[in-house]
Amino acid sequence: MIRKTVNGVEEATKGIKDNMTFMLGGFGLCGIPENAIAELVRKNINGLTCISNNAGVDDFGLGLLLQQKQIKKMVSSYVGENDEFERQMLSGELEVELIPQGTLAERCRAAQGGFPAFYTPAGYGTEVAEGKETREFNGKMYILEKAFKADFAFVKAWKGDEAGNLIFKGTARNFNPCMCGAAKITVAEVEELVPAGTLDPDQVHIPGIFVQRIFQGKNYEKRIEQRTVRKR
Amino acid sequence: MLDKNGIARRIAKELEDGYFVNLGIGIPTLVANYIPEGIEVEFQSENGVLGMGPFPFEGEEDADIINAGKQTITTMPGASFFDSATSFNMIRGQHVDLTILGAMEVAENGDIANWKIPGKMVKGMGGAMDLVASAENIIVAMMHTNRAGASKLLTRCSLPLTGVNCVKKVVTNLAVLEVTEDGFKLLERAPGVSVEEIKNATEGKLIVGDNVPEMILD
Repeated sequence: MIRKTVNGVEEATKGIKDNMTFMLGGFGLCGIPENAIAELVRKNINGLTCISNNAGVDDFGLGLLLQQKQIKKMVSSYVGENDEFERQMLSGELEVELIPQGTLAERCRAAQGGFPAFYTPAGYGTEVAEGKETREFNGKMYILEKAFKADFAFVKAWKGDEAGNLIFKGTARNFNPCMCGAAKITVAEVEELVPAGTLDPDQVHIPGIFVQRIFQGKNYEKRIEQRTVRKR
Repeated sequence: MLDKNGIARRIAKELEDGYFVNLGIGIPTLVANYIPEGIEVEFQSENGVLGMGPFPFEGEEDADIINAGKQTITTMPGASFFDSATSFNMIRGQHVDLTILGAMEVAENGDIANWKIPGKMVKGMGGAMDLVASAENIIVAMMHTNRAGASKLLTRCSLPLTGVNCVKKVVTNLAVLEVTEDGFKLLERAPGVSVEEIKNATEGKLIVGDNVPEMILD
């Protein structure tokens, strides 16, 4: 067994530097790597390019990095819930690349799987296709999209073991599995870290080979963005 | 004339037994409240759930179980969770039968604009571009005119496009229209709405048959 465990978030983020490109899992605030984000804030590294479906809210998630102006560029599909983001974007301090959500997921997975690029119909005939190669297959038009390149991927899982095997919970799975192994170093934080041999190999969602460092996170807030309920 | 719930009720009549359906944010979400009796459909949410159920009871919310609108939800028996790439394989691979979404503008050739207004804060397209580029059947739910009273059914979209030649049907507060090679074909009028009113509210080419029936909602 190849051990992937590290001693907490400080060791897990060893080697991060200014101007790096990071992938961060999560959809809204669901399944975000809370511990890694807090550490990036604490280490105050700057000029970051962040690939993440969303940009957090003002006081949580990637919003915490935006508050300190640590992010140079966001690559996302939807960024609508963050006033500070809006201010920095409109003032030109923050560069933003908006891409279709399925394309975002697939550009991660292409990097994971060793594909340099792929064709997708998403965005054909729109400004997303500008400057991109297009091609017809079976009478339908597609655009060529390239795999991401990133230095670190920070992902969050529910359970993990010493070998880096991961199991996700509910819709907190989202982009996290697609980002594992899609950057030079993948850092997984889990709510519960268990000894090797504890997880049923049949139930593993992401094999440990895609993960370089794993640690048990602390103090998960798991904030709910839109609390919607019905009466009994 | 229909209100938002009326539009959702009319669209729900388009659901067929065995359909997998993706609902956009806004009016489309309301369609889930009007599933016709005797049919089974499953709702897909692109953040990674198939078999979405109603909102949880108070106190039973789970931060790890949300829909694409970031709302807390529940799941139905037979539901599944999956990653974002798999979710869009369902969409791009046309395994999802029907996509219902809102729009700012629809053109008579089926183009749709629903993600960006130049000069205003752009929030992003989310999964809309993947959905409209891939879905076999796309129904748009929207008001027939905007707040200024201008038609949203146009000859050509004026706003940045989300997708081209993709919308199959439009259900508005005034009418049900099919997008055909020749333009918007008027299929039904909303209760109490005349063909004349629909003509006046439609900028794009409108094809009107001899007898346009009024919608039946129940």
